[in-house]
Amino acid sequence: MTLQKHLIFTALGGIFLFAVTQQLEPFRNYQLATMAAYLCATAGLTILTGLNGQISLGHGALMAVGAYTMAFAQNGIGNLYLSLLLAMLATTAVGAIIGVAAARLRGPYLAGLTLAVALAIPAFTVTFDGLFNSEQGLPVSFTPPETLPIETWQALTAGGSALLVMFLLANVVSSRFGRAMRAVRDNEVAARLAGIHVARTQVLSFVISAAPAGLGGALLAFLAQNVSPGAFSLTLSLYLLLAIVIGGLGNLAGAVWGAFLLVALPDLTNSLTEGITASPELARKLDGNLALAIFGLTLIVVMLVAPGGLQSLVQRISHRIRKGRNHV
Amino acid sequence: MDRFVFLTFDGLSNGAVYAAFALALVLIWRAARVVNFAQGAMAVAAAYAAYSVTQATGSYWIGFAAALGTGLMIGALVERAVMRFVGHANPLNEVIVALGLVLFIQAVLGMLYGNEFLPSHTPFSRNAIEVGGVPLLSRYDLFVFGAVAALVLLLALLFTKTSTGLRMRAAAFAPEVSRLLGVNVGGMLTLGWALASAVGALAAMLVIPTELGLNPHAMDLVFVTSFTAAVIGGLDSPPGAVTGGMAVGLILSYVSGYLGSSVTPIAVLALLLIVLLVRPGGLFSATVARQA
Repeated sequence: MTLQKHLIFTALGGIFLFAVTQQLEPFRNYQLATMAAYLCATAGLTILTGLNGQISLGHGALMAVGAYTMAFAQNGIGNLYLSLLLAMLATTAVGAIIGVAAARLRGPYLAGLTLAVALAIPAFTVTFDGLFNSEQGLPVSFTPPETLPIETWQALTAGGSALLVMFLLANVVSSRFGRAMRAVRDNEVAARLAGIHVARTQVLSFVISAAPAGLGGALLAFLAQNVSPGAFSLTLSLYLLLAIVIGGLGNLAGAVWGAFLLVALPDLTNSLTEGITASPELARKLDGNLALAIFGLTLIVVMLVAPGGLQSLVQRISHRIRKGRNHV
Repeated sequence: MDRFVFLTFDGLSNGAVYAAFALALVLIWRAARVVNFAQGAMAVAAAYAAYSVTQATGSYWIGFAAALGTGLMIGALVERAVMRFVGHANPLNEVIVALGLVLFIQAVLGMLYGNEFLPSHTPFSRNAIEVGGVPLLSRYDLFVFGAVAALVLLLALLFTKTSTGLRMRAAAFAPEVSRLLGVNVGGMLTLGWALASAVGALAAMLVIPTELGLNPHAMDLVFVTSFTAAVIGGLDSPPGAVTGGMAVGLILSYVSGYLGSSVTPIAVLALLLIVLLVRPGGLFSATVARQA
C-alpha cells in the first residue's frame, strides 16, 4: 500500500531527523533547518512545474507572503504553530488568486507574469511601508524552549514541517488528483476527453504548491528571526526553479536534492573563496557571485545534457547496478 | 498642467526605450518562437563592455559602438552555443535555459565589476529645454527618440527591402521550404539572435543612464516592462511592440509621477495581468493563435 509506504518513510525520516539533530553542531543544525525550509518550497514547486507543467517564477514571492504573515502572527499572537498554520493559509489564498490567472496562461506568458510578481515584492513593501516597514523589514520574535539548544529546536521544527509536507505531497502525487495533474501536463485535450476539468486541476495545483511555499517562507523567517524584502528577491525564485530542475523535475526526491544543493553549494564556494583570497576586493566580488555562476552554468548544462536531473541520474545508475547483479 | 506635459514627454522618452527593447523580444519570438528571458542580462553585459571601453578610451561614442558590437556577438554566441541545443519537446525548456543564462551572466558581471552601481554618463545634457516657460524635453530625450526612430527605420528597411530580410522571414515562416530553396536557415536564426541582442544592447545604453546606474540587475524591471509592452502589441508584431512600448512608457510615467516611483513595479504587474486576462493575444493580433 502506498499510504503505508509513505507512513513508514516519514516515520523513519522522523527518527533519522531526531538522531541527526542531537549529533550535529549548532551551525550544521541551522543549515539543516534552512535546507528543510527550502525543501518545503522546492517540493511545492516540483508539484506545480514537474507534475502539472506550469512554470512559476513567483514562488519566492509566495515565500515572502508566508514570511510576512509569520512576522505579523508571531508579533501579534505569538504561538509558533498557529503562526506557521496562518502563514500557510495566507499563502494558499494568494496562491489561489495567482492560480486563477495562471490557469488561463501558458509557457512564456505565465513565466512573464510570475516574473512580474517576483519583481513587485520589494515595491509592495516600500509602497505600504507603514505595514511592512519597507527595506528594513520586520523582526520575528519567539521564545525558544529552555530544554534544547536553539539551533536543535529550529532544526527539529523545520525538519518536522518538511517531513509533514513531503508526506502529504507524496500522497497527493500518487492519488487520483496526482494522475489528473500529470494528464493535464501531458495532453490537455486528452485530459479533457477523459473527463478531467483542466482549469480546475491547474488552479488546485497552484494552490497545493503555494501552501508549502508559504510554510517554507515562514520557516525562513523563523530561522532568520526577521523578514525583509531583500531575502525574497527574484534570485530566490530562480534558485528554487533551478533547484528542482537540477534535482529532477516531476520527482519529489529531486526536490530533496535541490534543497540540499541550495544550502551546500553556497557554503562550499564560500569556503573556497575564503581559501584563495588574494585580496579583500576580489573576495568581496566573488562572494555569492561564484555560487550563482556555478548554479547558472549547472542549470544550462543539466537542461542540455540530462533534462531528467540528478534524480534520473541516480535512478539510471541504481538500475544499472541492479541489472548487473541479476546478470551475475 | 506643466507637470502633465513634462510627464508626457518623459513617458514618451522612456516608452521609446521600452519599444526598442520590446522590438528585440519580438525579433527573437518571430525568428525562433522563444521569449528570450535572458535579454535583459545580455543587454547589461553589452552595457558593461561599453563602460570598460569608455573608461579606456574616454569616448562615449566608441563605447556606444562597442556595446552594439558586443550585443551582436553575445546574441550570436548564445544562439550558437546554447539555444541551438535546447530540446523543443517542452516549451518550458527554453525559458529555463534562458533563466540559467540570466543567473550566469549576472554572476559573471558581478565577479568582474562588483555588484555596486557604477556611474553611467550621457553624451547630452538631461536638463529639459524650456519652450515658452514650460520644460518639455531634454537634448538626451531627443537623442533617444532619434536613435529609436533610426532603429525602427533600419529594421523596417532590412525586413522589407533587402534579400537578407526576406531570407530571415522565410526561414522563420517555413524553415523546411526555405532550406530546400537554398536559404541557410541556421545562419538566419543566428543572425536574428545577434540582431535582437544588439537592439537590446542599444536599449540598455539608452535607458541605464536615466536610472540609478549600471548594475548587473539594471535591466530586470525594464525586461518585465518591455515584455508587457510586447504582449500588449501581440508578441508577433513589430508595430505592435513600438505602440505597446510607447503606451506602457506613458502609463508608467503618469503612475510614477502622480503616485510615486515605488508603485511602478506594481503598476507593471497590474498592466500585464489585465492585458493577459482580457486580451491575451495582444491588441494587434489579427487571429487567435493561442488557445486560452
